Amino acid sequence: MDRNTTEKKAEKKTGGQGGKLFQTLLIPVLSIFTGLVFGAIVIVTTDATVIAAYGSFFRAPGTALLDTWNAIALAYGSLFVGAFGNPATIIQAIHGYYATGDQKDLLLSIYPFTESLAAITPYILAGLAVAVGFKCGLFNIGAEGQFGIGALCSAFVGYSIKGLPWFIHLPLALLAGAAGGAIWGAIPGYLKAVTGAHEVVNTIMMNYISFSLGDWLLNGPMKAPGFRPVTPVIQDSAMLPRFFPAPLRFNWGFILALAIAALVYWFLFKTTMGLEIRAVGANPDGARYAGMNIVKNFILAMTISGALAGLAGATQVLGIDHWVSQNFSSGYGFDSIAIALLGQSHPFGVVLAAGLWGFLRSGATNMQSMAGVPLDVISIIQGLVVIFVAAPAVIRWIYHIRLARTETTVLTRGWGK
Amino acid sequence: MATNSLPVKERKKYSRNRLVIGLVLIGTGLLILLLFGLHLQAGQVATYALTPRGDTNVIPIPDLTLPVQTSIYVLALISIFLGAWHLAREIRSSGALMGVVAFCFVAAFLLCATAGKSMDLVGVLNTSMVRATPIALAAMCGVISERSAVINIGLEGIMLSAAMGAVTAATITHNLYIGLVAAILTGAILGAIHAVLVIRFKVDQIVSGTAVNIIGAGATNFLSARFLETNVEKLNNSGVFPNITIPLLVKIPILGPMLFENNLIFYLTIFLVAILYVVLFYTPWGLRTRAVGEHPKAADTLGVNVFLTRYVNVIIGGMLAGIGGAYFTIGSIGRFDRLMTNGKGFIGLAAMIFGKWNPIGAYAASLIFGFADSLQVKMQILNIPIPSEFLQMAPYIVTMIILAGAVGRAHPPAADGAAYEKQ
Repeated sequence: MDRNTTEKKAEKKTGGQGGKLFQTLLIPVLSIFTGLVFGAIVIVTTDATVIAAYGSFFRAPGTALLDTWNAIALAYGSLFVGAFGNPATIIQAIHGYYATGDQKDLLLSIYPFTESLAAITPYILAGLAVAVGFKCGLFNIGAEGQFGIGALCSAFVGYSIKGLPWFIHLPLALLAGAAGGAIWGAIPGYLKAVTGAHEVVNTIMMNYISFSLGDWLLNGPMKAPGFRPVTPVIQDSAMLPRFFPAPLRFNWGFILALAIAALVYWFLFKTTMGLEIRAVGANPDGARYAGMNIVKNFILAMTISGALAGLAGATQVLGIDHWVSQNFSSGYGFDSIAIALLGQSHPFGVVLAAGLWGFLRSGATNMQSMAGVPLDVISIIQGLVVIFVAAPAVIRWIYHIRLARTETTVLTRGWGK
Repeated sequence: MATNSLPVKERKKYSRNRLVIGLVLIGTGLLILLLFGLHLQAGQVATYALTPRGDTNVIPIPDLTLPVQTSIYVLALISIFLGAWHLAREIRSSGALMGVVAFCFVAAFLLCATAGKSMDLVGVLNTSMVRATPIALAAMCGVISERSAVINIGLEGIMLSAAMGAVTAATITHNLYIGLVAAILTGAILGAIHAVLVIRFKVDQIVSGTAVNIIGAGATNFLSARFLETNVEKLNNSGVFPNITIPLLVKIPILGPMLFENNLIFYLTIFLVAILYVVLFYTPWGLRTRAVGEHPKAADTLGVNVFLTRYVNVIIGGMLAGIGGAYFTIGSIGRFDRLMTNGKGFIGLAAMIFGKWNPIGAYAASLIFGFADSLQVKMQILNIPIPSEFLQMAPYIVTMIILAGAVGRAHPPAADGAAYEKQ
């Protein structure tokens, strides 16, 4: 069957135009599902109890299967509870609140859910950072370094300037974070635009440089009095306001992130500059022929990308931690790549993907403490999802589905050209 | 009669590039003078040990003593002189020129740092070569893979996985060679996964490489947390390849202790670099590989199996990276720590680019990075005023500087990065 007939058949099956949304969502959803299945396999095959049970499989097959199921249920169950909270506890707490007016239990029961929402905030921004890079054909792996630098800059403004009202201090701190990240992203962008050096290696180098720089700052100039390598706590006027009393940490950063996502959408799709960036990403030679300045657009895209990642670090500091410690930005780099890929580099997709990631990560800490499954299984699932989304053919091959050819984004090119 | 004027293309324009390079060289010379030369007292000497202490295999050589201030002035003068010459009469090979001046700068820095103290120079050189080993192997993996036009940036993931595979296998079987084989196998498997994704499923090569990195890091962290950290004796305690001294060659002054007293992986690396060079440029297989990398369609027309060539190259590359991973554990400290590769895979990529996709060039570049790495450790011991964190940044900054200068003039294989569609 030639390509056209296959496409027509597939379109007919999925309902033509209206099915386009279905098609766009199908691959990411299946990717996540398959990733979770693989994750379950990894959890089960490395669980000591299950391995022991399979050792005596033929004597007691029921036990082996039961143990397998238990391991998966415990792991993913605690993942769910860590992400959303225990539904039974929540309902009970609501009843309790209506009966006695005591807020405490209610707050505690929704704590996991609000923590997940708080965790989603930096993922949205960091994912947007990588997505903007992708839209210009640039692979920004430096999100982790830009995140860290942004956090340090905003923390510095946060703790060192005293006596400002919050409506000046807070935006200033956020701006400082964005500016720090912007500079950190602009350097590899500039090098790529002017010398052609590939941004993959340069952003990774900037990451390592930022780790060393952060270490020096946290042990030296920015160190709070005491033993630990942390910055002083930021002033109250620089903190992002929280919605609920302690210990809930859900704050306005979440709303800010959503607003920024909408802003990025508007910028990319409704402005000339955004169009230029996307054009350069889609076809640099064509864009150059049309008169667009490739150098300017590369630098602009990387600067915006860095600024977003820096803002992510800023919201994390100003909203959640209120100080910076070592290994602060650990993991956000690769997570944001997966989020951008999963969200197909579109701001709204990124928000959804970040949502998923926030819940997963939040739940994973609970999974580690309740079920003893190391956090890093999430990284494995993440890597697999990246592969599945980047190679839809693998998903198609596993599930034997036919899809109409959708436009594939060209993500990157070779080394410096 | 028409008046003669030079045709336009024969008129030699004073190129901006030459001006910039000349000025930079002179500037470097002045920098050497100001930064390093001026604030030293005259008469200070630096002592460089040319024989490793306590080494009985080697013929002892007297230490090298250099008057610091004079030497620094000399180096500064050389840089300024070369810069001026380049401005006046262009020196053809500007790459070599910059290399010489860079050497002067580093030497001056070293002299300034060791003024009044002594340093084991041969030891530093030896450490440079040893630390360059994983970088070189990663670079070799990159070279062989990219020569057939497949970008492989999954080196961190491959090296981490191979490192863990090596140490675990070696600990369980009490045999380091089996550990090495395990590392090679792990590298081959991960290389195969990358190859399948990129060749069969036409995934973007950089995305696939990143996924390999993510999974490699995640899986090794997971398994380390799940098994290795709780069972150190049984799973994470392999011992290390012993140093093998080559009897006669080690007696060569300076080069002897530097080159001929290292372990198996070190010798293997040098051997593999030479083999790769010969294979790539002097065998039919190498020719086919390079053809596939430059113009796959033409190679295909001539009957070369583009896909098979790429598969084999990427898998062999994976094996090389696997050996590189083995270095970290069974070639160095005998246990696995999380994320222990610390960016060496990416530095290997930079070495590959700097070496212009040539095995020997890439090895030379790795030596430079190894030197930066070992210098950084030595400087911390020497207690110089620069904070250790800044010294830690040095290899990475060097990478960026080199990439900025090198890439423009280094051309990757023409088809690098593009999936091949058979038509």
